Parts: sequence; structure tokens; C-alpha cells
Amino acid sequence: MPALATGAVFLVVSAFLASTVEMVEALTIVLAVGVSRQWRSTLIGVGAALVALAAVIAALGPALALIPIDALRVVVGALLLIFGLQWLRKAILRASGHMALHDEGAIYQRELAASRLAQDGKRSSMDWYAFTLAFKGVFLEGLEVAFIVLTFGANAATDGTGSIQLAAAGAAIAVVLVTIVGAIARQPLSRVPENTMKFVVGAMLTTFGIFWSGEGVGVVWPGQDAAILGIVTFVFLTALLSVRTLQRPDRQTLGGRVPAAVTAE
Amino acid sequence: MTFIKRFLAFWYDFIVGDDWVVAVGVVALLTAAGVLAHANLQSSAWVLMPVGVVVVLAISLRRATAD
Repeated sequence: MPALATGAVFLVVSAFLASTVEMVEALTIVLAVGVSRQWRSTLIGVGAALVALAAVIAALGPALALIPIDALRVVVGALLLIFGLQWLRKAILRASGHMALHDEGAIYQRELAASRLAQDGKRSSMDWYAFTLAFKGVFLEGLEVAFIVLTFGANAATDGTGSIQLAAAGAAIAVVLVTIVGAIARQPLSRVPENTMKFVVGAMLTTFGIFWSGEGVGVVWPGQDAAILGIVTFVFLTALLSVRTLQRPDRQTLGGRVPAAVTAE
Repeated sequence: MTFIKRFLAFWYDFIVGDDWVVAVGVVALLTAAGVLAHANLQSSAWVLMPVGVVVVLAISLRRATAD
């Protein structure tokens, strides 16, 4: 597969997977609030958050295009690399048992209890508590996706392998998919392999962060874009080796989950 | 002032996360790679990038597991 097409595929897949993971987490919050409070206000909050996120991407996308290419690659590439390493680091720690896996069921129960205890925030027909919680949940989870869409998309545009619009499309497909599945299931999507997906996305962001930020500071990669395949293989193998090396011998799992207090991301 | 502090703290937490070593390591790595690239030591520069990232990740993981 030509390097340019490979880059575009990686871009869409990364945006799709990142969006899926974050929207699954947002869905847990939305379900808890909707079930315990009021669905109308909750869904208005969700809609408002999605519009706000689209506005962020629409406003910052063209602004990034004004930055000189080398500066864009260095700054945005470095941000992508830092972000990717943060995701990869957490995924490795979770996979090796040093951090609890994300338990959507436990989070759902916690949010449900908190929502039921909260005072009645209704003014007229609007439940502002439900609106605020749904808005915050979707917006904050979606901000990470918006960050990935902007940084990954902007860098991909510099070498013609993609665009912010392409990345946004990948993210949007995930939003629609999670919404449909969530509406059918009507419960937290606990079976989604979140940590595996974060591992893959973290490795991809790290790979492209290395490549683009390197280009930005003047590194000439052997084989040009083909070097991406070598870097991604190296990053994946290193990450898998890290999990193997750090695996806790006393780690106990129940269906692949470490039973412990869920840590915030 | 509190709003500005909270705003900056949010973005610090968002980008740098819970381990500043990663952010500092990436900046140091890019600086070193840039110096090598501009000194016409290209083979050293492109090797340093992925290897340096692995070193940064290893240090960060070691700190996390030691805690």
C-alpha cells in the first residue's frame, strides 16, 4: 500500500478509535444522568457539547493552517508525541496491572448515585444539573478527540497524507456508532476493549508524533514516508515488551479487569 | 485570578498529564535531534528520535511503577 494511503488509513483509524473510547466514557455519564434525572435536558446538553466541539475544530483548524509548516510540525508534532506517550503510558500500566482498568459499570453506578443525590436543579422545564453534567461529560471527553483530530489532521495535511476534515470524519463516524449502539443497549458499553484501543491509538499518535516533529527539527527520515512503518513497528514492539516486562506476578483479574477502585484518567 | 489559575491548570493537566517527565523529555529530545540534524549528523538524528522516545517512556514507566 503506498505510504500516502497508509498515512490516511492510520489517520482515520486513530481518530475513529480515539473517538470511540472517549464517547463510550461519555455515554456512561450520559446514561447515568438520563436514567436518574431527565432525558430531555440530558440530550440537550449532549447536543450542545457536540456543537461546541465542532466549533472548536472549525475555528482552530484554519488557524493552524496559517502557521508555517516547519513550526507546525515541531510544535504540533511535539504535542501529538506528548499526548500519544501519555495514552501509551497509561495503557501499558493498565495492561501490566499497575493501574486499574477503566470499569464503565462501576463509573455508571457512581454517577447514578451522585445524580440521584443532587438537589433538584429544575428551572421551568429544564433540569440544569442534568444539562451541565451531560455537557461537561461529553465536552471534556470529546476535547481529547478534538485535540487528536486537530494535531494529527494538521500534520497529515502538511505531507498530503490527510486532513483535519478526514480525521474529523473518522471521529464523527465513531460518535454516530456509539450513539446507535448506546441507544440500543441502554447500558454502559462495558465490553468495549477500551485499554486495547487506547494502546493502539497511543502507539499511532506516538509514531506520527516522532515522524512529524522529527521532520520539523530537520531530521531526514530514511525512505521518507516509508519510515513510518518502521517507526510504528518499533513503537508497538517496545510497548508490548514493556507490558511483558512490567507485568505484575500478583495481578488478579476477573474477566480481564483488575478489581480495584477505578482511577480517574 | 482563580479563574486564570484554574484555566492554566486545566491545560497543563490536559497536555502534560500526570507525569511532567514525558513533556520535558520530548522537548529535550527534539532539541538534541535538531542540533544533530543541523550539524549534518542525519543518521544520528533519525536514530536518536525513536530510541530517545523509548528512553523517555521507560523513565516515566519506572517512576510510575516505583510509586
